[in-house]
Amino acid sequence: MADIDMVEDRSNTANGSDSSEYVEFWIDLFLGRKGHEYFCDVDTDYIVDRFNLINLQKSVNKFTQVIQYIVDELDDTALEQLSSGRMQQLEHDACKLYGMIHARYVITIKGLQKMLQKYKEADFGRCPRVYCNFQPLLPVGLHDAPGMDCVKLYCPCCEDLYVPKSTRHSAIDGAYFGTSFAGMFLQAFPEMIPKHPVQRYVPKIFGFDLHKQAQVARWQELQRLKLEKRLKAKGVEGGFKQSNT
Amino acid sequence: MTEYIGETSRTGSSEESGTYDEWIPSFCHRFGHEYFCQVPTEFIEDDFNMTGLAQEVPHYRKALDLVLDLEAMSDEEAQDSEEPVSRSIIEHAAEQLYGLVHARYILTKPGLQAMAEKFDHKEFGICPRYYCASMQMLPCGLTDTLGKTTVRLYCPSCGDLYLPQSSRHLCLEGAFWGTSFPGVFLKHFKELEDYVDRKTKDTYQLKVFGFKISDEAPSGSRMRWLRQYPKTEEELSEFEKCEFAIPQVQ
Repeated sequence: MADIDMVEDRSNTANGSDSSEYVEFWIDLFLGRKGHEYFCDVDTDYIVDRFNLINLQKSVNKFTQVIQYIVDELDDTALEQLSSGRMQQLEHDACKLYGMIHARYVITIKGLQKMLQKYKEADFGRCPRVYCNFQPLLPVGLHDAPGMDCVKLYCPCCEDLYVPKSTRHSAIDGAYFGTSFAGMFLQAFPEMIPKHPVQRYVPKIFGFDLHKQAQVARWQELQRLKLEKRLKAKGVEGGFKQSNT
Repeated sequence: MTEYIGETSRTGSSEESGTYDEWIPSFCHRFGHEYFCQVPTEFIEDDFNMTGLAQEVPHYRKALDLVLDLEAMSDEEAQDSEEPVSRSIIEHAAEQLYGLVHARYILTKPGLQAMAEKFDHKEFGICPRYYCASMQMLPCGLTDTLGKTTVRLYCPSCGDLYLPQSSRHLCLEGAFWGTSFPGVFLKHFKELEDYVDRKTKDTYQLKVFGFKISDEAPSGSRMRWLRQYPKTEEELSEFEKCEFAIPQVQ
């Protein structure tokens, strides 16, 4: 993973900070690193509660030590005794474990609130689709097990999945956000669901629609009208943004 | 017109030594101009191809001279002209002129060929949509007039429009590619459409703990139609009916 060089970075800064008495928390260091903008700050109370960590014990070696390392409870003398190889391993495991806990935390009420703040500030980027009008995105994983696929971004406007723009974001494991986060988020904050634009693009030559693409577009519009009718019959708001095309 | 060119090119070559930058290649190689292809000077020299552009671009003559490297950059020339215009204004006009010619050129056979090469090298970027699996995109404008909208990218796979990823492409004028380019490109390279048809039509479904969200919920699926293609017998017959207009919803 791309974390390796970051790990080295981190161990350098750790050595540097040893000499001064100013100590930074591991979580803050982790969040402050370039490319970690998608992560929110997980409460230490949440991390130390064993109930929240069920089934994560097997995911890393020396689980308790890693947890202590994340919440900065490992004392300096114990840290100094570690070999540099172990130190790197510890850092790597800490990142992974933090990610796994993060995936659980973001679907709790507090986690959702923190992610809402990040969503409002568009920390996860904006939708590249022209008709979505810079809609902020939500991170999602396609698998809940780590090491399967990288994080993807979900647009609540066009309900589609995008690859993060920057390579340092597209290398983050999708399991650190989980498959349920986006759905949970929109269920929790239905007022955050944008109106869906119905406007779309059909390629034209000198002002004339391409026949095949236009036919598909018409059929798709028919599906939309049918959906709208179905929803109306059930008394559900369609949430489409009508445009005068 | 041709006499005029002949005249100036003679004076141009006598003044300038061999080591001077040609305008068109230097424009196309500029940072952020990766979407432009090089229009051959013969195309620009043909008056027929330039029909109507004199009305759209200010200082047309001077801009044309600059694009074609025919401009005599001596001081006497500046004095000769009725009203001296600053070089940056001419430069801007030349860029507009080149852009508009470019939009015409890329609809011709050699132009399409040049753009296809860029397309193959993914120079216009790839579709950010996950299920399009890095499909190359095509630049396209939303209007053919200057100063309306910036360039957009068309993905042949999902048929949608996207904004360029890099900010250096965000400010490019859309009219420099024109509204017809993606359509002509698709019709010229038929194999591209076949390739796109064979691509997977997977779509994403929002789930919570593995369960689909009900359509009736506010966060339920509303945009599935946008990525939907007729598959079943019933859908295909419905698709037939959509040939010229959208039928009435029963």
